[in-house]
Amino acid sequence: MTTAPLAHAARSPLKIVFWAVPIAVLLALLPLVIDPYQTILLAYGLVMAIAVLGFNLLLGYTGLLSFGHSAYFGVGAYAVAFMVKYLHLQSMELFVLGAIAASIVVTTVFGYVCVRYTRIFFSILTLALSQVLWSLAFKFFWVTGGTDGLRVPTPKLLGVVTGESEDKIHFLSHGYYYYVLVVFILCVMLMWLIVHSPFGKALQAIRDNETRARFVGIRIRRYRFVAFLVSGVFTGIAGALWVPLNGLTTPDILYWPFSGEIVFMSVLGGFRNFTGPIVGAVVFNYLKTYAVGLTVYWQAFMGVILVVLVMLLPTGIVGTAKLLYGVARRRLAR
Amino acid sequence: LDILVIHLFNALLYASVLFLIAGGLSLIYGVMRIVNLAHGNLFALGAFITASAVGQWFAGSESAWLYLLLPAGAVGAAVLGAILEPTLLRPFYRRPEEYQLLVTFGLLMILEDLMRFVWGPYPVSATVLYEKLGSITVGEWIYPRYNLLVIAIGGLAALFLWAFIYRTKFGVVLRATSQDMRRASALGINVNLVYVQAFTIGCFMAGLGGAIIVPSQSAVLGMGVDALVLSFIVVVIGGLGSLEGALVGALIVGVIREIGISVFPEIELAVLYLIAAVVLLVRPAGLFGRAT
Repeated sequence: MTTAPLAHAARSPLKIVFWAVPIAVLLALLPLVIDPYQTILLAYGLVMAIAVLGFNLLLGYTGLLSFGHSAYFGVGAYAVAFMVKYLHLQSMELFVLGAIAASIVVTTVFGYVCVRYTRIFFSILTLALSQVLWSLAFKFFWVTGGTDGLRVPTPKLLGVVTGESEDKIHFLSHGYYYYVLVVFILCVMLMWLIVHSPFGKALQAIRDNETRARFVGIRIRRYRFVAFLVSGVFTGIAGALWVPLNGLTTPDILYWPFSGEIVFMSVLGGFRNFTGPIVGAVVFNYLKTYAVGLTVYWQAFMGVILVVLVMLLPTGIVGTAKLLYGVARRRLAR
Repeated sequence: LDILVIHLFNALLYASVLFLIAGGLSLIYGVMRIVNLAHGNLFALGAFITASAVGQWFAGSESAWLYLLLPAGAVGAAVLGAILEPTLLRPFYRRPEEYQLLVTFGLLMILEDLMRFVWGPYPVSATVLYEKLGSITVGEWIYPRYNLLVIAIGGLAALFLWAFIYRTKFGVVLRATSQDMRRASALGINVNLVYVQAFTIGCFMAGLGGAIIVPSQSAVLGMGVDALVLSFIVVVIGGLGSLEGALVGALIVGVIREIGISVFPEIELAVLYLIAAVVLLVRPAGLFGRAT
């Protein structure tokens, strides 16, 4: 496995701003141009991007493949649903805070067990633990609504009642879209700082060579634990943002194939790049939506894409694009 | 006391099927170091093939013939395994584990829809085999005879497999490849062939598990995904890559589930995962696992 693409990460902050600001502006202007349905799809993509960004801190930067990230997404989503059902809250800010608190609790417990293992055992253990939550959500139907799930009404954004006066589509494609966009940008910035901090560098050192990292004096298990925690909380935030968008939370988002989709997204974009998960999540979301619309057998369609991707383009969309860009630039320079 | 016997039978029934699935998974991991996420789908495939062979294609035939059709699902799964290993999995042995898990996850999605395509969204059943055998009485309780047949097949399969791996030349080759693939290859063993055989046996076991359980339940979509997670618990408890572990793990899970269903039905699955987590904390490689 090469680590070359990460060398790009060391480029100057100015250049990052040069790329990031136009994209952010574009994302902000898009709802004015495209129709509400497309905007809502994009909002789904951005929400998933936050989740996959968190997931990739473990896979891309720490070298741990979690097959149980549906658990933290689901915890975020169910935390919101419980706050609506039992505490009758409406404020989106409180929802996000509640989801963060809930996912911290769950990731602390799960992380404590899981970070003792690496490689395949880590994957299986995260998968098995996530299914505990699924079975609880499934069986305690008088608390969680079982397979019917729990309905979540339109929340208040920043204390303002937005959901009552206008229709749901308008709310989701305007007010809520910008809310998601702001949280998304904050999460991306935060993750960028984490990845480029000494802590992030230490994680990459652990990924590349565990023994050497230990010799340098890095406390491997503690670093992995913190990475697990951060990763889970990001995914939990995504879960909280997802619920109002979907209007309903069901045990499906706790079921392990959903974790597989999260892994799929990060590989689609390219998990060796910072931007890979973001691109992967947005593209996956469109791909899945259209595949579902096109055929009943969308799952097989996505499966074929995954197999081909893993076989031919293991660096994902962003990795391949960078490779082609590099080749093209060298051709032109000659 | 009679009720205890019934519970014991149920636990054994569940354990036999679980052993067949998890044993196959473990065997494949032991030899090839690959965790096949699509393994549950091979179990489901076995169930579907047997169910439609017995319930649809040859529905009117003599019942003795129908019993001979029981292993059809196992054979079908084995054939699929023999095709999949060289084409889809072989390029991935040298790649990191993430890619191996992903390619089998892709396979899972494809197989899931393939079964939807062939058999449609409705359950397929082969209850005729289940009903024909009638039932026995234990004290004042009645118990279906077919379930005893399943237990017997599960036990026989375990015995057969043990003899196969520890008492035949092929077993020696298999174990040698599992311990050190390079050295086995240097000694003139055709490692690729061993891999195909091991994978085929693993798939055969999963298919057999599906084939023998289907007369008492029905083949439904999604049964493979559920089965995979349960067999993960089994291999985590018993130790990944160990057949003894799969057997003991399946027995433990079978007994706990049987107790769970009658005593604490809501948290039955959660208790199973909890036990798996505790085993991992105490013995990281599982009860019978080798440290890697």
